[in-house]
Amino acid sequence: MTTNGRHISWYADPALGAALLTLALVFGMPLLRPVFAGAFPELDRPIYVGDPFWLLLLSHLGLVAASSVAAGVVGIGAGILVTRKAGRSFRGTIETLAAMGQTFPPVAVLAVAVPLIGFGAWPAFIALALYGLLPIIENTVSGLEQVPAAVREAAASSGMTATQVLRDVELPIAAPIILTGVRISVTINIGTAALASTVGAKSLGLPLIVGLNSDNIAYVIQGALLVGALAITVDLAFGRALRYVQRWKVA
Amino acid sequence: MIEFRNVSKRYDGSFAVDDLSFTVAEGAIGVLIGTSGSGKSTALRMVNRLIDPSSGTIHLSGTTVEQLPPVKLRRRIGYVIQSVGLFPHWTVERNIGTVPHLLGWPKAKIRDRVAQLLDLLRLDANAVRHKYPHQLSGGQQQRVGVARALAADPDVLLMDEPFGALDPITRTALQDEIAFIHQQTKKTILLVTHDIEEALKLGDTIALLDRGKLVQAGTPRDLLTAPANDFVRDFFGGANLGLRLLEIETAATVMRPEKRIDGERNEAEAIPASMSLHRALSLMVARGVDRLPVVDDKGAPQGTLHLADLAKR
Repeated sequence: MTTNGRHISWYADPALGAALLTLALVFGMPLLRPVFAGAFPELDRPIYVGDPFWLLLLSHLGLVAASSVAAGVVGIGAGILVTRKAGRSFRGTIETLAAMGQTFPPVAVLAVAVPLIGFGAWPAFIALALYGLLPIIENTVSGLEQVPAAVREAAASSGMTATQVLRDVELPIAAPIILTGVRISVTINIGTAALASTVGAKSLGLPLIVGLNSDNIAYVIQGALLVGALAITVDLAFGRALRYVQRWKVA
Repeated sequence: MIEFRNVSKRYDGSFAVDDLSFTVAEGAIGVLIGTSGSGKSTALRMVNRLIDPSSGTIHLSGTTVEQLPPVKLRRRIGYVIQSVGLFPHWTVERNIGTVPHLLGWPKAKIRDRVAQLLDLLRLDANAVRHKYPHQLSGGQQQRVGVARALAADPDVLLMDEPFGALDPITRTALQDEIAFIHQQTKKTILLVTHDIEEALKLGDTIALLDRGKLVQAGTPRDLLTAPANDFVRDFFGGANLGLRLLEIETAATVMRPEKRIDGERNEAEAIPASMSLHRALSLMVARGVDRLPVVDDKGAPQGTLHLADLAKR
């Protein structure tokens, strides 16, 4: 990712290129049948056909988006809360809880969630949201703490209300660090969402798991390619957004 | 007018400020001076209620500060701090417009006001207006900080060691700037500093604080010529007392009314009547002369300053 201030035209943006590559893989995978058939001649079905890839992609994205929005809202909210005077005493507790959320491997959370709420997308959503919380809370807290005391004092002494100080000064200054936390969280969750297919949620992990169960290396490669392409696309898009929120730093 | 009436601030039983009474007249510059830990910054920060006093009241042009909600009060008080505290994500223009923006001024009015202030602070509007603070030098940043404090034409200006972090040349330039702005706007200013020369140069009234207590308040001349005790004498005087006395007097006060020096008069060597005697003495030594012609603002001859008269007082 580049962080310099050069303007990048939309058509030269690597994020757009990666997105197009992902779409090409999703819709063009069947065209690669001869390649996979040639590489793995022993396989009867060299291309995964259980579900169309576009459906898996949408479902995967939906799962990541929903869990990340939940983690973002809760995580940024908690980060703001514990950096306010009134919420300072919760800081230890919240950071411990978030750290615990990340200590449990998502697979374990999935395994515990299934007997409680059954198979499907819900246990996956819960596991991903919990898992993504820690980097967002941590970065929100450190981003807000990094706002210089003099800047906060200048804001208050200009006659800004507490809400104005937070909204107009603290959050915009902390935004690059908070967004980096969200980026880490989302990137991790794109990979982890693949595991959600083990509890019956549709995701790009499905070809991977089916392939592993049935010794079909071609399925595994197809799933891995798509998850990888998606992760790269989203990461590059975050890079772009990050350049936007810190444009004042490089001006 | 800013008036402290028996103001104290206690922290865990010890006094940061102890029974301070001090008045800065309308349109004057008051200085709080002292070593670190003397309570001078605490006193200043009680004026805009960043800190609330434990007891006593602070009066501001007729009202006490606790009568106004802090947010409203602070929009009427300009505040300049040593570390400047410009908003790094806002342009110079947006920074200066902070308080007008909060007060809901129309955009065009804010833009005009910003241009006017950049001009007052001798910043090139076209060059800096759209820059971000990190693109400016330290001196420029502090000028923007002063402009921001003045933006909404506040009743009073509070300055907490505003030039402490600047190099000596920039500091002197900004002190001159503040004196000029004060002359132009007649704002009531309360300045905190530990720099004695700065206090003598800018202050109409100076309050010397020590460990939270007021030791002596008065004009620069009072503190230099009639110190209340040895602490004041040592603080202001020391080896430089003579030079400081020269610093607070202008050429106008001791010049002789002779408008010509022995027929030969050099316009270029004339000094303004408002120049401090300290600077005039320095010029005499540098030029190797014992007399300097004195002129007024318009360059009209006023008299002659003699080296011999500097010591007669």
